[in-house]
Amino acid sequence: MNESRQPAFFANLGDPISMKVTRGDDGRRAAQPGRFGFAPALCFAAFGLAARAGANTSNGYNLPLGVTELSRDIYSLHMEVFWICVGIAVLVFGAMIYSLLKFRHSQGAVADTTLSHSTQVEIIWTIIPAVILVVMAIPAAKIILKIEDTRNSELSIRVTGYQWKWEYQYMDAAEGIDFFSTLARDSNFARQLHSGIDPKTVPNYLLEVDKPLVIPSGTKVRLLLTSQDVIHAWWVPDFGAKRSVVPGFVNELWFRIDPGKEGIYRGQCAALCGRDHGFMPIVVDVRTPDEFKKWVGEQKAAVKPAEAAAAVGSQPAPADGYIADRRTARSAQASPN
Amino acid sequence: MANVHASTTAHDVDHVDHHDQPATGIKRWLFATNHKDIGTMYLVFSLIMFFIGGAMAMLIRAELFKPGLQLFDPEFFNQMTTNHALVMIFGAVMPAFVGLANWMIPLQIGAPDMALPRMNNFSFWILPFAFTLLLSTFFVPGGMAAGGWTMYPPLVLQTGDGFPMLIFAIHMMGASSIMGAINVIVTILNMRAPGMNLLKMPLFCWSWLITAYLLIAVMPVLAGGVTMLLTDHYFNTSFFNAAGGGDPVMFEHIFWFFGHPEVYIMILPAFGIISEILPTFSRKPLFGATSMIYAIASIAFLSFIVWGHHMFADGMPLAAQMFYMMSTMLIAVPTGVKVFNWTATMWRGSLSFEPPMLFALAFLFMFTIGGFSGVMLALVPADFQYQNTYFVVAHFHYVLVPGAVFAIMGAVYYWIPKWTGHMYSMGLAKTHFWLSTIFVNLLFFPQHFLGLAGMPRRIPDYAVQFTDWNMVSSIGAFGFGLSQILFVIVIIQCVRGGKPASAEVWDGTHPAGLEWTLPSPAPYHSFTTPPDIK
Repeated sequence: MNESRQPAFFANLGDPISMKVTRGDDGRRAAQPGRFGFAPALCFAAFGLAARAGANTSNGYNLPLGVTELSRDIYSLHMEVFWICVGIAVLVFGAMIYSLLKFRHSQGAVADTTLSHSTQVEIIWTIIPAVILVVMAIPAAKIILKIEDTRNSELSIRVTGYQWKWEYQYMDAAEGIDFFSTLARDSNFARQLHSGIDPKTVPNYLLEVDKPLVIPSGTKVRLLLTSQDVIHAWWVPDFGAKRSVVPGFVNELWFRIDPGKEGIYRGQCAALCGRDHGFMPIVVDVRTPDEFKKWVGEQKAAVKPAEAAAAVGSQPAPADGYIADRRTARSAQASPN
Repeated sequence: MANVHASTTAHDVDHVDHHDQPATGIKRWLFATNHKDIGTMYLVFSLIMFFIGGAMAMLIRAELFKPGLQLFDPEFFNQMTTNHALVMIFGAVMPAFVGLANWMIPLQIGAPDMALPRMNNFSFWILPFAFTLLLSTFFVPGGMAAGGWTMYPPLVLQTGDGFPMLIFAIHMMGASSIMGAINVIVTILNMRAPGMNLLKMPLFCWSWLITAYLLIAVMPVLAGGVTMLLTDHYFNTSFFNAAGGGDPVMFEHIFWFFGHPEVYIMILPAFGIISEILPTFSRKPLFGATSMIYAIASIAFLSFIVWGHHMFADGMPLAAQMFYMMSTMLIAVPTGVKVFNWTATMWRGSLSFEPPMLFALAFLFMFTIGGFSGVMLALVPADFQYQNTYFVVAHFHYVLVPGAVFAIMGAVYYWIPKWTGHMYSMGLAKTHFWLSTIFVNLLFFPQHFLGLAGMPRRIPDYAVQFTDWNMVSSIGAFGFGLSQILFVIVIIQCVRGGKPASAEVWDGTHPAGLEWTLPSPAPYHSFTTPPDIK
């Protein structure tokens, strides 16, 4: 079931499903094969090597190409602007370096003191940069319009930032699923001051959680973001998606993972939020729409057996203590699920 | 009105001797009204703060040397990042520029002193008190503020007993800056020697004139913002608390309305300094001096309408994103003009590479690199990936360290023979330069990679794929920090003695500027009668 998934980011550090690093009663750590033995690990290793060859994830120097249309657009814009800057740098630094080499007092250069102003040249090097900036701004403006268009989303999820964890509350057809997502225990042990544990031995150190956010690929997912305490920010680089979460306000952000790019994607809190700002990561488990539907069913069955029957494809019934609002009901009716 | 003191009243006997010799002992400094003495105090203070802020940076980079937490609690790490910035910005860079202004503006415009010498003294002496207050938050319950120098609520309201100390320290620093700015404007507009019209005034004075207006415009806004933080915390207001009808993002607006012009406050005097140094060592006038002045003025004006670019990812409406993106990109135009004009100043010049010139050239290269990353950051969609990552950290450190700080060091190397009357060891100064340049690039260039690869900022520990560049960056930091000891050695040696400097100091370069018509060292009271401006 899981073999076809593309591992993202750090496949060579092990995958939480196929390998688990656990701490036994004696405090010693051991890696244990998961449900399917070592086979998934070997497959992932192979896929991992293949995945690295592409630019889905960062190569360590540059932005990731990512797995959404937005991330790819951002990557292209970034590369365009980067190369324009390199071009300008070659010209400008070239002129500077040429001057340093050719116009040296020590080699007898005599200064041309009449060369101290030229309105014509100044106009040229005011207008040309302005034109270059317009050239950069046009694609950027188009992408902004895409980013801000949160209409017609198919699945909405409420994301709440806490000090120092995330809470995900599903809406629409997955209404009722509600859980916290906290830094994984092995990372948490290792990161303590003087833990004595080498971070390199912890799989996905600081980028692993106990319960990842699960979403379907090929679906316009909209996050409704808020905070319970201070400003945080939700960021997954491979999605090209970052937004601050502000207490008392709701921000929106959307993405659609390309079909075929199912897998695990990792991100971090991106706004200083206190002591453990660096220790509240985000993990997203992208599944095919069918697998997602199945997962939703399982979650609901586990929590509220009576709700599960009513779950998929129909008006969600309000869960205990869960305030169903008109927006949820409306989008559930509009949802293709 | 000139402020040359009458020297014959009886009660003046105990005070400063108004003839040629300064007072002796601590009184000279506590009661200083002489722009040279006050300038010296600002510069010495700023050097001390540079080392304190630098020590905090060394602690930060030591923890970030390897993944895992080796040295301290994450809360202490956050205290270090917060106070490193506060000390460097308000304690090192800004006072250094004010010190240079105090020393050089009267000399460059042919004035005997600043217009308001007693206020000048007060402006300086506020600072040691303000920083004692700030740094002593280390010792109070709850420790130093740890919410970033940007002090966003609600996080900053979780600061312990040090919170009101932080706020009052900032108020004091702001008051000092405002008074200093007033002094600069009044001096420049009223005390130029006859014949020095504004367009003949040196670029350093122009840059400070404009910077002073920026300071007066925005420091009160910061004061208002931090006062609102104080009342939210202690007096039940809800400026930044949604439950009471307020908005944390409003603080961001108020802060960055100050904060963006603040970063231009920290760079415009640097632009002025480079425009003094480059022509001297190119033996050629500054290319396009008038448009350089217009460029500074345009940058200053534009700096008021771009603050939103610090907030792109915070839930900003579409129209605002478009506006701030375009206004921010627009600043690249006058800044580019300056870079091109500096390059044109060198073109077909006759260049020599004394330490001030080395620093000016390094500024030119590396500030431009910082400018490129700035243009990239202005593009909203890309900024969603860069915001709050090490890419931003790399950008602002490039414009501030090999930018503003190198300009300050260049200025010190340029003018210190005029201040002390001694030349310094060129060899030591050049060694300081090369070590600083190499290590500063090791320190900050890899941070571009870290940010693009996905490392957020303000984290004490990171995922293992970020290890290598963090290690390189930390090595750069230790090297850069140690190299600054050479700077102190050069300065101390120069103050104590050295080959006598001529009036022109940089013989053969024929530098423009009234300061070079005075002997070295400049007399304690200079231009007591206005010079003739040709």
